Amino acid sequence: MSDNENNKFSSSQTAAETADKPNEQYSLSDDRRVKVLSPGALVAKRFFRNRLAVTGMVILILMFAFSFIGGLVSPYRQDQLFYRTDVQIKDYAGVVHNEEFRYTVNDPVLFKNIVQAQALKNIMAGSDTFTYNGTSYTIEKIADDVYAVSSGGNVVGLASKELVTSSTRDDVSFAFTEAAFRARAAGEGTFTADGKTYTLGEGDSITDAAGSEVAYISAYIVRPVMPDVFFSRDFKDQLIDAVESGQTSFTYTGEDGVTAEYILSYNATSKSWDIKQEIDTKVFDTYSSPSSEHWLGTDRNGMDMLTRLMYGGRISLIIGFVVVFIESFLGIILGGISGYFGGWVDGLIMRIVDIFYCIPSMPIIIIIGAAMDAANLPSLTRMMYLMLILGLLGWAGVARLVRGQILSLREQEFMTATEACGIRPSRRIFRHLIPNVVPQLIVYMTMGLGSTIIMEATLSFLGLGVRFPFASWGNIINDVNNTYVLTNYWFIWIPAGVLLLVTVLAFNIVGDGLRDAFDPKMKR
Amino acid sequence: MRKYILKRLLQSVVILFFVAFIIYALMRCLPTSYIEAMAQQKSMQPGSKSYEEWMQQLTVMYNMDGSIVTGFFRWIGSMLRGEFGDSWKWTVPVVEKFNDTVWLSFVMGLISFILELLIAIPLGIVAATKQYSKADYTISVIALAGISLPTFFFASLLKLVFSVKLGWFDLYGLIGRNYNQLNAWGQFLDKANHLVMPIVTLVVVSMGALMRYTRTNMLEVLNADYIRTARAKGLSEKKVIYHHAFRNTLIPIVTIVGGSLPGLFSGALITETLFAIPGIGYTSYNSMVSGDIPFSMFYLVFIAILTLLGNLLADILYAVVDPRVRIA
Repeated sequence: MSDNENNKFSSSQTAAETADKPNEQYSLSDDRRVKVLSPGALVAKRFFRNRLAVTGMVILILMFAFSFIGGLVSPYRQDQLFYRTDVQIKDYAGVVHNEEFRYTVNDPVLFKNIVQAQALKNIMAGSDTFTYNGTSYTIEKIADDVYAVSSGGNVVGLASKELVTSSTRDDVSFAFTEAAFRARAAGEGTFTADGKTYTLGEGDSITDAAGSEVAYISAYIVRPVMPDVFFSRDFKDQLIDAVESGQTSFTYTGEDGVTAEYILSYNATSKSWDIKQEIDTKVFDTYSSPSSEHWLGTDRNGMDMLTRLMYGGRISLIIGFVVVFIESFLGIILGGISGYFGGWVDGLIMRIVDIFYCIPSMPIIIIIGAAMDAANLPSLTRMMYLMLILGLLGWAGVARLVRGQILSLREQEFMTATEACGIRPSRRIFRHLIPNVVPQLIVYMTMGLGSTIIMEATLSFLGLGVRFPFASWGNIINDVNNTYVLTNYWFIWIPAGVLLLVTVLAFNIVGDGLRDAFDPKMKR
Repeated sequence: MRKYILKRLLQSVVILFFVAFIIYALMRCLPTSYIEAMAQQKSMQPGSKSYEEWMQQLTVMYNMDGSIVTGFFRWIGSMLRGEFGDSWKWTVPVVEKFNDTVWLSFVMGLISFILELLIAIPLGIVAATKQYSKADYTISVIALAGISLPTFFFASLLKLVFSVKLGWFDLYGLIGRNYNQLNAWGQFLDKANHLVMPIVTLVVVSMGALMRYTRTNMLEVLNADYIRTARAKGLSEKKVIYHHAFRNTLIPIVTIVGGSLPGLFSGALITETLFAIPGIGYTSYNSMVSGDIPFSMFYLVFIAILTLLGNLLADILYAVVDPRVRIA
């Protein structure tokens, strides 16, 4: 490119002169009538005359704006979650009207399961003593369907169809239960248990000395589905009322002010009522259709799709650039050394290039991706490794290109001229040799950007590339592996795919246009 | 010529050695290997030995004791004796599994390759002969779009249109639900039906490169002096293009086509995985992801051999087809 400087000189000169004097002043044979362009300007001119390439360029600019500025303009963050309220019907409780004997156990050894069964048999048979395993038991009838089983003078357990249920979060003691049953059977209004006095009031409600309810006796058992849920007495009363009057639903407002609708259904096989709660719940706004709020809907995590696409583009483009940078950096240095010095250095480097050419890159990256999966690397580290690996596997092509170019350029006259002029080697390489490789390199890199982006997207699609919480166009489309998404939610994967296609296409078109523009043999 | 081929073959052996070593080292360095997963699983069983004991036993059983280097030479030794070992994941000999799957991939590859040639070469020639026309632009954009189209996106689009909306093909797999009830002809048709979408994907994604290659080379030939001479002689344009230009364009095309013939056996990793076609690509993908060293090694080295063979074939063909080229 020794003539380059000449051209630049003359073009700047003509530009300065033609600025104030119009062409007409010169004679027809005057050199200054001819507008001289530098090679760079010629390339630009040729490039901008290619309408397709310019379209590609515009698309790329738009894509960069979309990815890098879009993220700033978007009102949402890339990992911002959105919620919607949804009516959820949950199994809430079960109500059973007890028609079988249930046991309240005082002594778990003497009144174990098998004794319970013996007791039941004897209660049914009407006998009041039985012996099991050498121990004798007596059955005492306290009231209808309430029996106390004792052994050696101590009450070991109760068998009853009604139950004493605590109204508070504390369980009731056995002594309390026994005392309550006995008091009711005797028709007494008060009883003493555990050293405290309780009052048995209306509706079999048991209150303590302070007047607040501690327990009640009822044949209905209300059981929560979730173990940590506590039902207030008020709720249970209303629920049992609803069950008894045969309602199918009722509404209840709890102490915390939450109103919920409950649906009752009778389950004939278990002879119980299933209570389902209909409650407004905050859920992630997943897969919502495009709306004015979310132009492209939300994804499977309830994040804004358009914002994800913007940030995804950023990642995809950055990965593309970094990988191509690593590739070209290694490629230029190794290819340059190889081409310029030749000899055994060339032979060695070219064999290494052959080896890298021969390594099947996609399978290797898949293996490494699976390994990174197993190692549970954080997403950011993983992304770094991915870029590094893609770069390391891709430099061989650049090295080959650079070496080939340098080999042919080295023999050309202008290089002999630089040698004859006594220019030092480093200047010869970097000032005269490398600039002549740059055109091919730029074309190669532009095309390489496209293919790297596809590569990254493919890996992310397979789940081996960029990971959540980072978005990349590939891992956004990943969701299409779910057939339901493929079928029903076009807005999840089509936009990302189109962006990917358009970007890579634009890179290829621009690369193509640059190749044509750099080629001086081109007719236009 | 013979000397050249011999030299290249020797070089290839050296390259292959290093490639195999790199791949082997990589596979051995995986932080969680197949063996560890297996030991984990076995030690979970009630009344089993501890994880460490299992680990010890399995490492010896799977021949994975010893360092990477000794392991590699042991692997090479058994390779040279023709013992390829048993696949861990598929629990059959590697060669058997390979034989089961590679032909399907080959058929798929061959069909799509022929289709690719039939579509790409004529279109490339048309684009070159009518340079800068509308046809040229259209073909160029189609070719570039094919190159730029991510395989998985195109496959998903095909699935959506032809499988979900139109219901012509199944989403996944090689055989349909009632495959076993069909007669031989029906079974053949069933398989063919399932291969349509994968083949279309392969053709569309890969034809762009060949189309552009044809166009570039045809353009180069059309600018050559002998074409000007042919035109100057007053030959018809048809004769110039199809007789003089096309034959010369064939030189690089035959080279590249010959070079890609070995690649037909390598399977289409992504496409097969997307459509769950049990070819060599899909099988090896599953092997690699689960860390099955014998099968993955076999497959990867096989691919490397195919690549080297392809390059060699292309270089030889170049000399065979073009009498101007002499290789020393």
